Amino acid sequence: MTLKAQLKGLDTITAQQMGGVMVQLQPIPGEVPVIQVSIEGREELPIFVTCSDTQILCMCYLWAEAEVQPGRRMEMLETMLDLNPSVPLSSFGRVGDRYVLFGALARNARVEDVAQDIVALSDNALDALDALSEFLK
Amino acid sequence: MSVIRKMMTLLRGSAREISESVLDANATRIYEQEILDAKHSIDEARASLTGVMAKEMQSAREIERLKKEVERYEGLALEALEKSQEGLAEEVAGRVGALELELEEQSKAHAAYAVQVVKLKDMIKSAEARIREHEREIAMAKTTESVYRATRSISDTIGSSGSKLLDARQSLERIKQRHEDLADRMQAAEALDKELGHKALEAKLAEAGIGNYGDRGRKALERIKAKRAAAAQETAEKGE
Repeated sequence: MTLKAQLKGLDTITAQQMGGVMVQLQPIPGEVPVIQVSIEGREELPIFVTCSDTQILCMCYLWAEAEVQPGRRMEMLETMLDLNPSVPLSSFGRVGDRYVLFGALARNARVEDVAQDIVALSDNALDALDALSEFLK
Repeated sequence: MSVIRKMMTLLRGSAREISESVLDANATRIYEQEILDAKHSIDEARASLTGVMAKEMQSAREIERLKKEVERYEGLALEALEKSQEGLAEEVAGRVGALELELEEQSKAHAAYAVQVVKLKDMIKSAEARIREHEREIAMAKTTESVYRATRSISDTIGSSGSKLLDARQSLERIKQRHEDLADRMQAAEALDKELGHKALEAKLAEAGIGNYGDRGRKALERIKAKRAAAAQETAEKGE
């Protein structure tokens, strides 16, 4: 099943789970399927949903390497590593030079599960950005 | 076990390299063929395992039977000796010897079957592990590729639409500002409601003593006084 077909109704279900905020889906053109999820009031922190043969990944880009205070980089990395097991459903990671928060689901996950992951990810990302911004320039 | 180490080496390359060729088509094909081969050898091993285990069980039963036979003939030989039938006893002892030889052979066969069972089970385990490792490697490589390709598409799209990814601080400030705006709006709406809304109208009417909103306390007292007066009059009338 294509990612788009699998995620049919994701906007409505995510909106419901967040108490009726507006949620918009937008496909991103490219070699791999990517769907951008924009949540009302958090437009600056969109969630991107993509997939491989085995997984569905929901990602939120937090900040770039260049934004980190060089003197506090190690401390930040350790904090993220320590936080990883505690943050519900989401993990910190890095793709290229961008730090991300992401959640992974089985390739055949239900749209409700993807929505739940997106809601958790959005809340976690906002929270993480607030808490960890002390390490940024 | 070596899958993560391979990924570590790979990830030292540039992001562009990773998104282009984590796992080339040829390597994928080789892995997929190896997975197929391993699955095939598992099927074969499972089939022979069933046969060997059946033989192992048969030989165990045969060993039991032979042991009982040896015991029985030994008993018979003893009986013959007690009855001084020396010749018969010797004949029976010959039978015991033959049975013992058979027992020895059966035991050897049984041990060989047991060894084979262990070997086949180990083979299945290692083939399963090999499949899991290949599948994990393919999954990891493909997921890495997808993530890097997706990130490239996202950067390209955002880049081409003219807007750029805001830095984290800016994003956070904007979101926070919006939340504060919302909180302010809610507070303002409440204040406005107090001033102009339903509550304000009620308050004004009560102040003017209009409608249902007039001086309830005073009215209630009047009602109670009237009741008391009526009761007093009734008592006076009875007294007459």
